[in-house]
Amino acid sequence: MELSVNHLLGIKYITEADIQLIFETADHFKEVINRPIKKVPSLRDITIANLFFENSTRTKLSFELAEKRLSADVINFASSNSSVSKGETLIDTVNNILSMKVDMVVLRHPNPGAGVFLSKHVKSSIVNAGDGAHEHPTQALLDCYSIREKLGDVAGKKIVIVGDILHSRVALSNIFALQKLGAQVKVCGPKTLMPRYIEKLNVEVETNLHKALEWCDVANMLRVQNERMDISYFPTTREYTQQFGVNKTLLDSLNKEIVIMHPGPINRGVEITSDVADSKQSIILEQVQNGVAIRMAVIYLLASKIKRHED
Amino acid sequence: MLLNATEINIALNRLACQLIENHDDFSNTVLIGLQPRGVFLAERLKTLLEKEYDIKNIKLGYLDITFYRDDFRRSDKPLEANKTKIDFIVEDRRVVFIDDVLFTGRSIRSALTAIQSFGRPMEIELLTLIDRRFSRHLPIQPDYRGRQVDAINGEKVKVCWKENDGEDAVYLVRN
Repeated sequence: MELSVNHLLGIKYITEADIQLIFETADHFKEVINRPIKKVPSLRDITIANLFFENSTRTKLSFELAEKRLSADVINFASSNSSVSKGETLIDTVNNILSMKVDMVVLRHPNPGAGVFLSKHVKSSIVNAGDGAHEHPTQALLDCYSIREKLGDVAGKKIVIVGDILHSRVALSNIFALQKLGAQVKVCGPKTLMPRYIEKLNVEVETNLHKALEWCDVANMLRVQNERMDISYFPTTREYTQQFGVNKTLLDSLNKEIVIMHPGPINRGVEITSDVADSKQSIILEQVQNGVAIRMAVIYLLASKIKRHED
Repeated sequence: MLLNATEINIALNRLACQLIENHDDFSNTVLIGLQPRGVFLAERLKTLLEKEYDIKNIKLGYLDITFYRDDFRRSDKPLEANKTKIDFIVEDRRVVFIDDVLFTGRSIRSALTAIQSFGRPMEIELLTLIDRRFSRHLPIQPDYRGRQVDAINGEKVKVCWKENDGEDAVYLVRN
């Protein structure tokens, strides 16, 4: 079995079978990262470049750790201290790096479609680590994998994504992935942060948080993305928290125990309170651990399609 | 057919006795079945040792070597990993790898690398039901062998188990 694609550019380009294959492979890697020696030698002849044109802590660390556990050689690039500030274009930057014989590129870029664009112009395998407000496929994969781990299966489950849907690549990728796996998805948030034609994706919009939480099995809380907002989408942060923040009282008032997720980083006290984030209903830290296993699976499966160079 | 159910049973009993000769009460020994097909043989041997020969508390684990193979990206075979389950310590223990057929020896080389991720065994031995002579790619030989078989390159030796394939038998499959 192998993936139907040569790059991971978005959930919209992969099939349900691809997702299941990634999950099964991630199961094995999860066992590997719990061993005394957490490495496998499979990718020792592969070089991977992490090109991050946007800030990141956990995604970058997670990818780097996944690559090193597979014994790949890793080079890191952060645009803030590089020639990009001198005006070098994306293709030039990447081609310069590729001429140093890099097999795979993990790309995070503020422009939507940057990964797709790059895949048409350069020869290496591309993994999208987030392109603007478009997709963040590995995050959606690890979110669904965490739901599968906690609830047994994704099919038939009800998931609500809460928060700044408009600017969220995590939301979009999650919607695609959850639907491909047979789950029902609703979105909840202020009208000003809801994309205009979101219903066309077959998701219902719910503006009342309590109703949304009563309906769902899992709530994925998103962070308010101040760095992508050029105008005021709501009057004050406090008003956002009162209407769309989750706290222990609200959780305890529901008729069942729901699962709480968050892609991170958490704004404690804004979209989620500390007692919820640290409660046993939250799988936030499991998401982080699963992130490494999922990224190992994705990189391993993509690398197995890279042709060996016959010198 | 190379071996029928009776012959397999005799071989299994003999292998069990050989193991007991060397490992006594298995207090410092662990058995590791190599995925995917060594695990059936390993389970059979464990049951035999426990029921017929009264050895108690045998530790058995499964080891999958997919990520340690030396043909990654070199062959077109699809990935088919299986579960690795080693719930005990291998550090300073005597390990016995159990596989059904020893052919080129590359799987065993991968297993030797893989087991290092779990610790440093005191010693490692190899038990195989079928030893295909003269087809080794590496200097690896079994310590316990059920039967030696001569087969040419295009042929395949297939071991069937009642639990999996409905009967106990070893076949030589010509292509």
